[in-house]
Amino acid sequence: MIKQLLRLAVVSLMALSAAALASIDVYEFSSEQKRAEYNALTKELRCPKCQNQDIADSNSPIAQDMRYQVHRLIEEGKSPETVVEYMVERFGDFVTYKPKIIPATYLLWFGPFALVGLGLVVVLLLSNKRRKTNEPHLVELDASAKERLANMLDDTDGSQKTSSEKGKE
Amino acid sequence: MNKRLVYFAPLLAAFGIGLILYTAIGKDPTKLETARKDDPFPSFLLADLHQPERVRTETDLAGKIRLVNVWATWCPSCKAEHGYLQALSDSGINIVGLNYKDERTAALQWLQQLGNPYEFVIDDPKGSLGFDLGVYGAPETYVVDAMGVVHYRHVGEVNERVWASTLKPMLTKLGLKGL
Repeated sequence: MIKQLLRLAVVSLMALSAAALASIDVYEFSSEQKRAEYNALTKELRCPKCQNQDIADSNSPIAQDMRYQVHRLIEEGKSPETVVEYMVERFGDFVTYKPKIIPATYLLWFGPFALVGLGLVVVLLLSNKRRKTNEPHLVELDASAKERLANMLDDTDGSQKTSSEKGKE
Repeated sequence: MNKRLVYFAPLLAAFGIGLILYTAIGKDPTKLETARKDDPFPSFLLADLHQPERVRTETDLAGKIRLVNVWATWCPSCKAEHGYLQALSDSGINIVGLNYKDERTAALQWLQQLGNPYEFVIDDPKGSLGFDLGVYGAPETYVVDAMGVVHYRHVGEVNERVWASTLKPMLTKLGLKGL
């Protein structure tokens, strides 16, 4: 049983590494900075065919073409922003994992913050209300009440200015 | 009293967002928007499939409302839609072929065997025009007006249903007569 499991583990690991190796292209870069830009871009661009994979991770023909174009544009000295624009022009906003902030993506970008804000407002309002109703009120006692209180507490120091808490209904 | 209404805000917000998300249910996520919508057809300089010495450019697309169909012999859905394209062509629709990442001889053989619904076929063996168009999987069919502006892209097979629900209304809207 254990032997079988081990074998399964080894085989699946091998399959994984084969898949990982398959998507490595051999690209030469004229500088380390360009290599870094290429690596960042291929992780930021999304494969249109094999959705939810970045183009660095995918071996579909379209991802290969896109990597080729990214390499070409970077080597031509284009900025990463230009490369992203180039891809968006062809494949639409879908192609980037960092969508532009346009009215159509407002919900995506600001929705979560708006919701958290709304939740906070409601929580604050609720807790404020509760505090108001539960808040103890300070009431000044008149002389006879003070006396009665002092007697109740069996306290000799009844002349001292005392205040007591009393919940208001 | 009115202040209480504010406690319903999260419920209303959740309902609103739910409504927006609900409209997206049933949408096929593998079909992307038409990135080139309202843009001019990208410029190109490629050989004609039948006459390799003849150069085709985007100016060949001007003058008529057309469908541009991206196809290849390695693409099974292209074979499936071929008969329907032929029928459209026979009924007078202008269709231009874009032979995408294909072998010229195989493509010519395919057209000889299955018939040729295309006015002319652009040979794009490296897929360069395909890339500029944003083709991510054949078959794709583009609606291009007489000024050479892209109006719509259909991804996948063209059939009776797609024609009736999408392509035909679009061509009618663009002013194509006799449909």
